[in-house]
Amino acid sequence: MADTVLNRLNQALFSAMESDEHVYLLGEDILDPYGGAFKVTRGLSTKFPERVLATPISESAIVGLANGMALRGLRPVAEIMFGDFVTLIADQLINHAAKFRWMYNDNVRVPIVVRTPMGGRRGYGPTHSQSLEKIFLGVPGLKVIAPNTLGDPARLLSAAIADDDPLLFVEHKLLYARPLLESGQGELTEFKIQMSAKAYPNFVLSIPNYGPHLTIATYGYNFELARAAALEMLMEHEIFTEIVLFSQLSPFDLEPLFDSLQKTRKLLTIEEGTQSLGWGAEVIARIVEGNNDLGGYKFRRMYYLQA
Amino acid sequence: MVNLKHILSMRYNVPVMDNNYALYKTMLIIRRFEERLLAEFSVGKLVGTTHTYIGQEADAAGIFSVTNPEDVVFSSHRCHGHFLAYGGDPYRLAAELMGKSTGLVGGRGGSQHIQWRNFYSNGIQGGIVPVATGMALAEKIHRNGKITLVFIGDGTLGEGAIYESFNIAALWGLPILFVLENNGYAQTTPVEKGVSGSMAGRFAAFGIPVWECNTTDVLEIQSSALEAIQHVRSEIKPAGLILHTYRFSAHSKGDDLRSQEELESIQAFDPLKLHSPRLTDEERTRADSEAMAIVEDAFIRAGADLNPSLNTTG
Repeated sequence: MADTVLNRLNQALFSAMESDEHVYLLGEDILDPYGGAFKVTRGLSTKFPERVLATPISESAIVGLANGMALRGLRPVAEIMFGDFVTLIADQLINHAAKFRWMYNDNVRVPIVVRTPMGGRRGYGPTHSQSLEKIFLGVPGLKVIAPNTLGDPARLLSAAIADDDPLLFVEHKLLYARPLLESGQGELTEFKIQMSAKAYPNFVLSIPNYGPHLTIATYGYNFELARAAALEMLMEHEIFTEIVLFSQLSPFDLEPLFDSLQKTRKLLTIEEGTQSLGWGAEVIARIVEGNNDLGGYKFRRMYYLQA
Repeated sequence: MVNLKHILSMRYNVPVMDNNYALYKTMLIIRRFEERLLAEFSVGKLVGTTHTYIGQEADAAGIFSVTNPEDVVFSSHRCHGHFLAYGGDPYRLAAELMGKSTGLVGGRGGSQHIQWRNFYSNGIQGGIVPVATGMALAEKIHRNGKITLVFIGDGTLGEGAIYESFNIAALWGLPILFVLENNGYAQTTPVEKGVSGSMAGRFAAFGIPVWECNTTDVLEIQSSALEAIQHVRSEIKPAGLILHTYRFSAHSKGDDLRSQEELESIQAFDPLKLHSPRLTDEERTRADSEAMAIVEDAFIRAGADLNPSLNTTG
């Protein structure tokens, strides 16, 4: 049985805390035996009681504390229990964490990771199911990263903790229970996979020996849906799809997408947020800006709500 | 009872008799610096905005005469006085205000966003307080005896983030001094229209002890600051220091709605006038000429420095 995304994230936190005494965890209800609302921090307070700090319900202060700790030599990892609550940390991320390094002329570093679960279909209702990560895309000085089942989430989170700059780490709730995929096996049998050599890699999944008809760009949990759709299109309609899967949402780095689109000229972006001004909109804008000849290109965004 | 003279002479290794002179000179440097700054704005040599500390000098002078050099400081939009009293270089500050590459942060921050050694400032009301609280946590973890000071004003009492910070600082026993300078106005809004209830009561609600000064006498402020700081350092717990003071200048530059009568009446609380009788004529003259020379040198040198290249600012 393959490891789950949840276990890999938990493992990454264990390893980071074991190998670096500067790593601290902060968040609401993260102590054992509860171990966090989604159990990502389970076991950590038992093993590292001094370095796992359970906070009051004070999201702004949680990220503010992390900022201050980071400015003074620590590597805090903050958990925001639901991604919907990022509205409460916007000031700390935008006007503090993301600003300090540039504003203080590179005199300081702010190595914080803010982890938070986003996304719906768990029945949590309107204020506990949103995908609000797009609010933080394009904030200078802030990275936005999202794990998936293809890259190792532990590797991604470890890179995030080792990063000297502030970072929002967006975990889709439906990913936690998902098993990691193994190349050439199961659902990946049909695909050839190329991974970029970056700290937050992107992946290109293609079907060998056939020219692709369509490119899908996506991230996080929606890769699960894109993959199922690509297999269905292949089996039922003989439509060949290339999926470009991103771990790094911001800053935008769309390199492999350009190559794929030269072959397909058709791009579908998939994200769980709303339609307007989202990740997909920016992806398409950049493709359009980067091409002098768009004859025959077609673009579509998939989203959850038209808003 | 705190033996102030003993502590000061131990800390600075200077004769105690210099305390009055040192406080006066610090206040005077701040006053002259800010006056020069406003003058530069009025002739168009400086652009943007700034918030001067004129009238409040005794707060910074008193507090930073009893901190340790390695203590951590987070200041606000009105940071010049704090920075100069901290021991910061007036020339580097002047260069920063002018956007010069020799400025404290290369001209990127300007008036409200500076950083030097363990001194930081940001122009966001309230948001700096949880950051400073995290710094206090880090220094407690490092076990190095440093405390953190964070500066807020009466206007900041409207921001929720500070109460989250008070709560956590008290719960976790964090060595932080919350310095509340009540200058009576949040920009143009008088404190009566912005702050309900009691200022000290806000700290008391979280079990944080408070030292409160209803004076602009730098010696009284120094004495209270010392007690509050000693509490934070020795108990490894938060404390509040409330300083009721007067801002003589506008909030920034052209936004003063106060009556001429009010502006004249508060001159009675000028901390320089209150303190200067404690100096001899010779000391006053010497302090005047030294402060003037320091400020003049700062602005002349900074004015001659280069602007940063375009691709490094945004």
